[in-house]
Amino acid sequence: MKKIGILIIALLMFSTAVFAAGQKEASPAASETAMADDAYAAVRGKVVTMAGPFVDNDAIKFEQSVKSFEEMTGIDIQYEGSKEFEASIGISIEGGNAPDIVDFPQPGLLNNFVAKGYVIDLNKVLDMEKVKSNYIQSWLDMATMESPDGPIMAGLWGRVNGKSLVWYNKKEFDAAGYKVPTTWAELVSLQKMIISDGDSPWAVGIESGAATGWAATDWVEEMMLRTTSLENYDKWVSGELKFDSPEVRGAIETMASIWFADGMVYGGRKGIATTSFGDAPKVMFEKPPKAWLHKQGNFITSFFPDNLKAGEDYDFFYLPSVDPQYGKPVLVAGDIYAMFNDRPEVRMVMQYFATGASVEGWVKAGGAISPHKDSQLSWYTNIVDRKVAEVIQNATSVRFDGSDLMPGQVGAGSFWKEMTDYVSGTKTLDQAVKAIDASWPE
Amino acid sequence: MSQRIDSKWNRSVLVALVLLTFGVLVGGFAILQNMQSYKVFMTIFAVIWGLGSVALLYFVLNAVAESMPHKIRSTAVAVVFAGPAVVMLFWALVIPTLRSLRLSFADANGNGFVSFDNYKFAFTDPIMIESFRNNLLWMVFGTSFCIITGLLIAVLADKSKAEKIFKSLIFMPMAISFVGAGVIWKFMYAYKGEGINITEIGLLNAIVTAFGGEAQAWLLLPVWNNFLLIIIMVWLQTGYAMVILSSAIKGIPDEINEAARVDGANGLTIFFRITIPYIMPTIVTVTTTILIFSLKLFDIVRVMTGGNYGTNVMANEFYLRQFTYGNSGEASAIAIVLLVVIIPVLAYNLKQFRDRKVLK
Repeated sequence: MKKIGILIIALLMFSTAVFAAGQKEASPAASETAMADDAYAAVRGKVVTMAGPFVDNDAIKFEQSVKSFEEMTGIDIQYEGSKEFEASIGISIEGGNAPDIVDFPQPGLLNNFVAKGYVIDLNKVLDMEKVKSNYIQSWLDMATMESPDGPIMAGLWGRVNGKSLVWYNKKEFDAAGYKVPTTWAELVSLQKMIISDGDSPWAVGIESGAATGWAATDWVEEMMLRTTSLENYDKWVSGELKFDSPEVRGAIETMASIWFADGMVYGGRKGIATTSFGDAPKVMFEKPPKAWLHKQGNFITSFFPDNLKAGEDYDFFYLPSVDPQYGKPVLVAGDIYAMFNDRPEVRMVMQYFATGASVEGWVKAGGAISPHKDSQLSWYTNIVDRKVAEVIQNATSVRFDGSDLMPGQVGAGSFWKEMTDYVSGTKTLDQAVKAIDASWPE
Repeated sequence: MSQRIDSKWNRSVLVALVLLTFGVLVGGFAILQNMQSYKVFMTIFAVIWGLGSVALLYFVLNAVAESMPHKIRSTAVAVVFAGPAVVMLFWALVIPTLRSLRLSFADANGNGFVSFDNYKFAFTDPIMIESFRNNLLWMVFGTSFCIITGLLIAVLADKSKAEKIFKSLIFMPMAISFVGAGVIWKFMYAYKGEGINITEIGLLNAIVTAFGGEAQAWLLLPVWNNFLLIIIMVWLQTGYAMVILSSAIKGIPDEINEAARVDGANGLTIFFRITIPYIMPTIVTVTTTILIFSLKLFDIVRVMTGGNYGTNVMANEFYLRQFTYGNSGEASAIAIVLLVVIIPVLAYNLKQFRDRKVLK
């Protein structure tokens, strides 16, 4: 009995101590009001949470990029990156625990949440005049999505990537006397020349763990842009044009004419399916190079071997159009920032993301392209990034990565999976396109 | 009347204790709510408050239970100690199951009733049929390989000089996670392709080419790739089967074996007539455990092939539907099917336990 009494007293004392400590913690707001003359006084010390797929290097570059904004306003942007972002974000949003801002690399995924009514319409909370004047129309169109209450401005574009780029080992390429092709015919003759010199022209890999196949869908999108009209591309992305149509089949077959041809790809057809997309370009930098060309977005340079210099050791050219009547289309991808909680400090951060300043640091650090009109080419410190920005600016048309726009079960599901099965030879083209069409949600 | 109240505790003290506990619980929770921006303090406080209040809660409830009249005291004490666990179990297992059941009749967003559409998908979609077939392969071959090799090693190594070394070696892979094993075995099966300038780095291809064979893309070989994945589970789980079975074998009284030998039985007869029947309940337990493993198998397939090339399994398809495609209806239907398939195995397992009077 005595022991129990002591225990109770101890517990009581402890809990009051904690109570007191807790209350002290809870009232630091008093000091904030003292700085009334500060323009950002109302938001100083506030926290804005963000979630997205940036990890490792990307996370650091992002944090550095927003640092000056954080110092100026006193808002603390807490970014939580995850490699399993696509899976985890649904849990937190549908669990009622959404971060203030979510960074989606796939607009199709954002579209799911817009359709369920979770996303805040930026038209209602931001100064849209400023936002609209800073993007070209197609970016704004791509951010407009259908919510239960009609179309809304669902997000803002941050960092973007150019995809229609063919990378090569510049030193060896020049030494071998090869010329950068500017037309499809020149590309074809370059391929022939490389084969006759005893090497494989292309390095291709589509293995990516559970996401295996996405690199193949990029190729199909490039070929869609180069073998048929933009209207057909848009119809295809929205599901009006079937995969089992002559246009889409034609695009896939154009890709296959390169991928499956004898000696054209390092490792052959089955090697494509089993080679990781990040490892694929590495053979270009072996001595002597085992393959010469690699088509991939500008992010791929972070998978290149260390100590290579942009513009000296490697360079890229624009993948020429197959049929000149379709102009110079460029395939792009990027991150779209959507807002899930409406507070003054969150609005302020979102408004900031609509300006080039929000990616300036990242652009200067390399590996990011700014879609904002107020950003400057002089920010691009390495010549390759600047060239990518120029390619995007010079494009006659820009289209977003189609698989990222399609509904999740196609864009991140059957499209990846069936292309993988087609490339590995498990399925015929006929079976693959029919299976993709069958998976399209009604 | 006065007899009913235990002499140790008088009522007013009890009431005060209950109120105090209530205060600590609610007050602590309120403080936690206000500490959102001080994560470190919040964590420390949550740990201390959480542990402290659980201890306090048990102490007080036990005191209350003990003050009950004699007739219901034992029931009251049982409720105090098992009750919270049962409530938690209900909250964390039964409610989610019921929710999944409801979602399995709803559309992709969890609204709207679609009757049996999701189940129609779960039983007729080609991808699901492929998954069923593969899960069956895992159940039949994965489980039987594990048990048979585990049993053989346990019997053969029994009482041999190097028993400990053998068993440690076989048991070691148990320490590796399924994901880790997948990454390791990816190198075993690695394939670099055909053509000019290719160097193979995979162990299996190195063996095959050393014997004059041709390098293969192992994970792309239809149907066989399933068996190559099953081998990984066998590699991981044989140790588990072996250890349990080995201890059961050691539990066989020496007199029985000696008596059999005196009667002229040879090793094989002893194995089939004495060892196997004697350890049968253990074999059943191990088998059902591994069977459940192979039914819910996910990690190896996810890491090695992502379900491509005809190696998909139900758990992977469930994950894809729920988290990648955002279709909670179809995902829930798969989860319910998986649950229904596992129930007989679990029930049999429980029955075995009961027969052995473990759970009585």
